[in-house]
Amino acid sequence: MPNSMNNGAAGGLSTDAREVMIEAREITKSFGDLRVLDGVSLSLHKGEVVAVIGPSGSGKSTFLRCLNHLEIIDSGSIIIEGEAMATTLPDGGAHYVSDSEVRRICRKMGMVFQSFNLFPHMTVLENVIEAPMTVKKLPRNVIVPKAEALLEKVGLRAKRDNYPGRLSGGQKQRVAIARALAMEPDIMLFDEPTSALDPELTGEVLRTMRQLAEERMTMLVVTHEMGFAREVAHRVIFMDNGRIVESAPSSEFFRSPKHERTRAFLGQML
Amino acid sequence: MDYVLSLIGPMAEGAKVTLSLFFITLILSVPLGLVLALARISKWRTLSAAVNGYIWLMRGTPLMLQLLFVYFALPFVPLIGVRLPDFPAAIVAFALNYAAYFAEIFRAGIQSVDRGQYEGSKVLGMNYLQTLRRIVLPQMVRRVLPPMSNETITLVKDTSLIYVLALNDILRTARGIVQRDFTTTPFLVAAIFYLVMTLVLTWFFQRLEKRYAKFDE
Repeated sequence: MPNSMNNGAAGGLSTDAREVMIEAREITKSFGDLRVLDGVSLSLHKGEVVAVIGPSGSGKSTFLRCLNHLEIIDSGSIIIEGEAMATTLPDGGAHYVSDSEVRRICRKMGMVFQSFNLFPHMTVLENVIEAPMTVKKLPRNVIVPKAEALLEKVGLRAKRDNYPGRLSGGQKQRVAIARALAMEPDIMLFDEPTSALDPELTGEVLRTMRQLAEERMTMLVVTHEMGFAREVAHRVIFMDNGRIVESAPSSEFFRSPKHERTRAFLGQML
Repeated sequence: MDYVLSLIGPMAEGAKVTLSLFFITLILSVPLGLVLALARISKWRTLSAAVNGYIWLMRGTPLMLQLLFVYFALPFVPLIGVRLPDFPAAIVAFALNYAAYFAEIFRAGIQSVDRGQYEGSKVLGMNYLQTLRRIVLPQMVRRVLPPMSNETITLVKDTSLIYVLALNDILRTARGIVQRDFTTTPFLVAAIFYLVMTLVLTWFFQRLEKRYAKFDE
C-alpha cells in the first residue's frame, strides 16, 4: 500500500494533486565557517512519510531543525501548509515572519528528539497536558481524557503518574510522541528518535511510529534505522555534506541506488 | 538558671528585630534576585553588563560598609538622596546586598537547565515566559535549594551587623546585658537563639529538598 503513494514527489510539481505540507527551497545554513546546509530543497506532501538518512555531519538533523525554527537559516525559504515562515530577500538573506507568527506556524509541526526532552519535574500525564493547557488554554477536564487516550495508544496509560526518571528510554520516547501528538500537529518531525536507545528498545518506538504512518500522519524522519526507512517510509532522502544526494521512492532507493556515495553509505549500513 | 530564664524576655525582644530583618530581607531580595538573574542572562548586553556591575559592587564591598552608606551617606547623594530611619535603612542595604548573591545563585540554576528543555518547550508552541514559568524555574528551584540554604543561614547571622545602627537585635541586646551584669552568660543565650533559628532553617530546606527530589532521575 505505501508503495502506491510513491509518485516521485521529489520531482513532482503541479502534477501532484496532494497538498504540500512542507516546502523548503534552497536552504543554506552555516555554523561559523562550516557550511552545514548547501542548498537543500524538499517538498513533503500530506500523508507522506519521508526518511532522511546520511552519515553523521551530513546536515540532516540541522535541516530538520531549520524547518521548525530551532535553527535559523541563512538563506532560502520555508513554507508550511502554504504559509511562508521564511523567505529569501533579493539580497539573498532569509527573512522570517514575526516571532508570534513563527510560533503559530510551527504549531502545525510536532517534534520528537533523540534525547526525549521530557520535563523531568512533571509526571507522564502532566508532560502530555502541559502544552495544550498553557498554549491552547484548554481546560484540564477536556485535555486529560485526550491525553489518556494518547497514552493508551502508545501503550503507557498505566505509567501516567510516573515521573520520566522512572521510565526506560523506549517508554520516554513514546511519552514524547504522545506529548507531541497532544498538540494535534499536522506534521511530525522525528530527529533520530531511536539513536539514544538500547537496541532492544528501538522496536517499541518504531512500532508506534509505524502505527502513526498507517494513520496517514505526515512524517519526516531523520534516522539510522534502515529497516524503518525501507518498510515504512514512502520516500528516502540521502544527504551528504549538506546536500541532498539522492531522493527516491524507498523500494527503488534500496534496490538500485543511483549515486556512488549512496551505495557506499548503504554498503556500510547494511 | 533563673538568671538565664530572666534573659529570655529581653532576648526575645531582640529576636523580633532579628527575625523581622531576616524575613523582610528574604521577601524583598528573592524576587529582586530573580529579576537580576534574568537581566543578567538577557540578550540585551547593556542590561546584562549593568547587572554584572551591580553584582560586582554588592559582592565586592562589605555589607557593613553598605549599611553605613545607606544610613549615613545616602542622604547626601544628589537626586536619589533620602534620609531613611535606621531599620528601613538596614532593610534597604540587606535586600540590595542579598539580591546580588541570590541573583548569582539563580543565574547558575537557570543556566544549569538543559538546552533540550527549552527546545522541547519551543516545539510545543510555548513562548519564553511560559517556558520560564512552567519548565525552567521549577527545575531551577530544586537545583538552587542547597546554595539557598547556605545563603539564608548566613543571612541569619549577618543580621547582627545592624548593631552599627544601634538597633537592638539579639546580639546587641545580649551585649547590653553583658555590660550591665558583668557576666558572659547572655552571649551563650544569644548563641542558642541563633542555633535554634538555623536549625529550623536547615530542617525547612531539607524538607524542601526531599519534596523536590521525588522526580530525580
